[in-house]
Amino acid sequence: MSHHLLSWLIWLPVLGAVLTAAAGNAHASRARWIALGTALATFVLSLLVLQGYAPGVAGMQLDENTPWIGVIGLNYHLAVDGIAVALILLTSFTTVLTLIGAWGAVSDRVHQYFASFLLLEAFMLGVFCARDALLFYVFFEAMLIPMFLIIGIWGGPRRVYATLKFFLYTFFGSIFMLVGLIYLYVQTGSFDLDYLAQYPLSGREQFWLFLSFLIAFAVKVPMFPVHTWLPDAHVEAPTGGSVILAAIMLKIGGYGFLRFSLPITPDASHDLAWLVIALSLIAVVYIGFVALVQTDMKKLIAYSSISHMGFVTLGVFVATWLARDAAGGAAANDVARLALQGAMIQMISHGFISAAMFSCVGVLYERVHSRMIKDYGGVANTMPWFAALMVFFSMANSGLPGTSGFVGEFMVILATFQARPVLAATAAITLIIGAAYTLWLVKRVIFGAVANHHVAELKDISARETLVLTGFALATLVVGVWPAPLVNLMDGSIGEVLQQLLRVKI
Amino acid sequence: MNPIATTDLLRLYPEGFLLFSLCGLLLVDLFIAQRHRAITHWLSIVLLGMTALLVWRLDGNEALRGAAFGGMFLVDGVATVAKLFILLSSALVLVYAKPYLLPRKLFQGEFYTLSLFAVLGMMLLVSAGNLLIAYLGLELLALPLYALVALNRDNGRASEAAMKYFVLGALASGLLLFGMSLLYGASGSLDLGSIRAAAVSNSPHPWLYAVAVVFIVIGIAFKLGAVPFHMWIPDVYQGAPTAVTLFIASAPKIAGFGLAYRLLDGALDPFARDWASMLAVLALLSLVVGNVVAIAQTNFKRMLGYSTISHVGFLLLGFIAHTPDGYGSALFYAITYALTATAAFGLIILLSRSGFEAEEITDFSGLNQRNPWYALLMLLVMASFAGVPLLVGFLAKLQVLKAVIGANLVWLAIAAGVLAVVGAFYYLRVIKVMYFDEPTEPGALVLPKDLPFRLVLSANALALLGLGVFGGPLLSWCLRAAAGG
Repeated sequence: MSHHLLSWLIWLPVLGAVLTAAAGNAHASRARWIALGTALATFVLSLLVLQGYAPGVAGMQLDENTPWIGVIGLNYHLAVDGIAVALILLTSFTTVLTLIGAWGAVSDRVHQYFASFLLLEAFMLGVFCARDALLFYVFFEAMLIPMFLIIGIWGGPRRVYATLKFFLYTFFGSIFMLVGLIYLYVQTGSFDLDYLAQYPLSGREQFWLFLSFLIAFAVKVPMFPVHTWLPDAHVEAPTGGSVILAAIMLKIGGYGFLRFSLPITPDASHDLAWLVIALSLIAVVYIGFVALVQTDMKKLIAYSSISHMGFVTLGVFVATWLARDAAGGAAANDVARLALQGAMIQMISHGFISAAMFSCVGVLYERVHSRMIKDYGGVANTMPWFAALMVFFSMANSGLPGTSGFVGEFMVILATFQARPVLAATAAITLIIGAAYTLWLVKRVIFGAVANHHVAELKDISARETLVLTGFALATLVVGVWPAPLVNLMDGSIGEVLQQLLRVKI
Repeated sequence: MNPIATTDLLRLYPEGFLLFSLCGLLLVDLFIAQRHRAITHWLSIVLLGMTALLVWRLDGNEALRGAAFGGMFLVDGVATVAKLFILLSSALVLVYAKPYLLPRKLFQGEFYTLSLFAVLGMMLLVSAGNLLIAYLGLELLALPLYALVALNRDNGRASEAAMKYFVLGALASGLLLFGMSLLYGASGSLDLGSIRAAAVSNSPHPWLYAVAVVFIVIGIAFKLGAVPFHMWIPDVYQGAPTAVTLFIASAPKIAGFGLAYRLLDGALDPFARDWASMLAVLALLSLVVGNVVAIAQTNFKRMLGYSTISHVGFLLLGFIAHTPDGYGSALFYAITYALTATAAFGLIILLSRSGFEAEEITDFSGLNQRNPWYALLMLLVMASFAGVPLLVGFLAKLQVLKAVIGANLVWLAIAAGVLAVVGAFYYLRVIKVMYFDEPTEPGALVLPKDLPFRLVLSANALALLGLGVFGGPLLSWCLRAAAGG
């Protein structure tokens, strides 16, 4: 089994999804338990992956490589490094909590709802494990279908519009990546990421390939001009869908930059970094202001997600500047490493915090059936435990030291300061805006007098909801107070990404 | 005239068997009472199966590969693969047609004999080594189809569709024939190989060839339904009885590939640059018109008609590279398209009842609540059409795009990809209707009692997933066949 640990990790949820769906509409509770059991087993498997991964050893580990469809060059090549392991843990952990949170959220077609989440988990884990570019693409696209159904079937009133927009945006973006990958295959005869990272490409080829990857991943992250699907999708998605979308699916865009753009087109990544950095700063600052004026809680958190994900892309591409421009040698390299680490920690941290924030809104929505800020006020009076947790997550969202939200942003800003102080100052504005929109949200929803009879009738969170929220709270705290294990896990792999970035291919 | 060699007859054995047993079936059917008509049904399917077995056996015998009757009839890899899948998809058509024909009082022997004659025509067409055989095969395919479209003769829409199909089909045949006659005039031969050889050696009439190429490409485009020669497709798809639309949409696409392959590669390869640029325009137009106009359709069959047009565009893209890899990709595309289309129309038939045609997309509303299993199957079919990974449609599109990019036409690949995204929209709309909308009719779906139909249909749709995951051998078979292996 240890030889096929990653395969088990991916295919166990698929099996679980089939069993869950087979439970049928009449046996909702059986479907729930099968799904939760599978998710827990997958989480255990991901812990085994963590255990099996040796951070001190260079290169990809737990390698599995067999030809899948030989004629088209598709290999079933799975392997993980520290970055992937961290994201795998995030995925399996969040899925367990999402399923617990979704326990009673839907009453209609429960078996399909839970099966969709397991299928989604499988494909997302596949994306993080894939070492073959086409295999990555297969998982990247396949996950659209379950998410499409989750938003479309169990979503809000405008769910059809939102889910079609979500699907078509992502599908559209990834087509360019597919064409780029086929071009690479025609040139090199391989889809293997390790091989592609070594293959020399001319500046012109890198330019176009970089753009093709950028379109695909910018839609997924999402970055500034192509972000509009996200608020719609989040607002209409059921709570579980929002949680998975924000916590994991957005990370796949950031992960794609680290796996495709930097290793395959390092020169173009450096030369075009200004473009991505500019878009990231627009996301960080402008989208932050957009979040400030939202009246819908979910929309506010969705915009805040875009703004926070801006730090991820900022960190990644500032690292390309630092690594190559600074003649300072080792010191500059350390700063570049800091930028990449910051980006990764920001990804993980945002995974927990955004998941928790969406869960909090879900808790309120299940009781009052409104996402509008104006329908709330004084929730702390009737739901003290909930209020404490939500305030905690809001603090984390605005980057309070001691929570994970602080660590990543701080590292990215610190690294950016070494590269271009002006940019760092611009990015730092978000610390103020972020605090403003989050705390203002808390003020209007949680504090103040009891606004109406709905709020007066609220019951505090149940044991199940407490479990979910404290789970996220613990994760946020652990990463915030003691990020060293996470940093150590990813450090070697981040060093390797930097090495790939420094390789001049032209 | 040489005496006919035994090996020549053996090469023609599957077609001969089908022809003679078909004539036998025609006679037997006369003596079968209407209530025993199922005998004809099962006999036809058995005939197709036995013919497929013969094709398979013939392929196993190396000595019998090659040309028969002085190059008239070719037995090669492409012919074998194409014939096997023509027979398979035609057998699927017959299985799916029965529950449609039976309650509409169309369950007659004519349907079976006409269909089998069309199958014979397709088999001749994909084996053609001579312009005359190609034309003979094409007409043997087309004439039964005209009649089949008009099978329900009291239906005005069907009669109109048959008339349109006949007139435009005859026009296309005329254009093709004209192109062939010019080709004969220029090269002095009807044999495809000789034409190719004559075209390579300096011809005194280059312009004659050029005009011939134009007419032949137009003829092929008409038969396949590529824009701007696509006008018949939506009307015929919508007007014909669903069982017949099912037939037109499936196996004839593989035969259409065969026609294009034999004429363009077999005879006109020296002019590949000319026809490839014509096909590039036709393919792009088909992708644009097919995908964009399909969005506006509310009738399911008509929508699938426009979807066919866009898939024909993709199929033609495979030809543009004019390499064995490109032809192999196009063959794979045609086969997988045929299998996907049979499943799609099979599901439409499943939902139709006596006196009710499930033709509008809204007839699928809330199917997931009425019958989750068949909704899932339709989801697989639509996702495969849209080219979502893990389904065979993705593999086929990927392979064609690879051939196009291999020919250094990256812009064309990007255009095709973007238009595939446009296409994804209307396939998603079907999924939307099935999964997101409330059912318009209450209660669980009333399924036809025909158990073989339901089992085969499920297997057909699941095969799209199976081929998407384990489709490597089939794809490499197609590529090997096109490479002459």
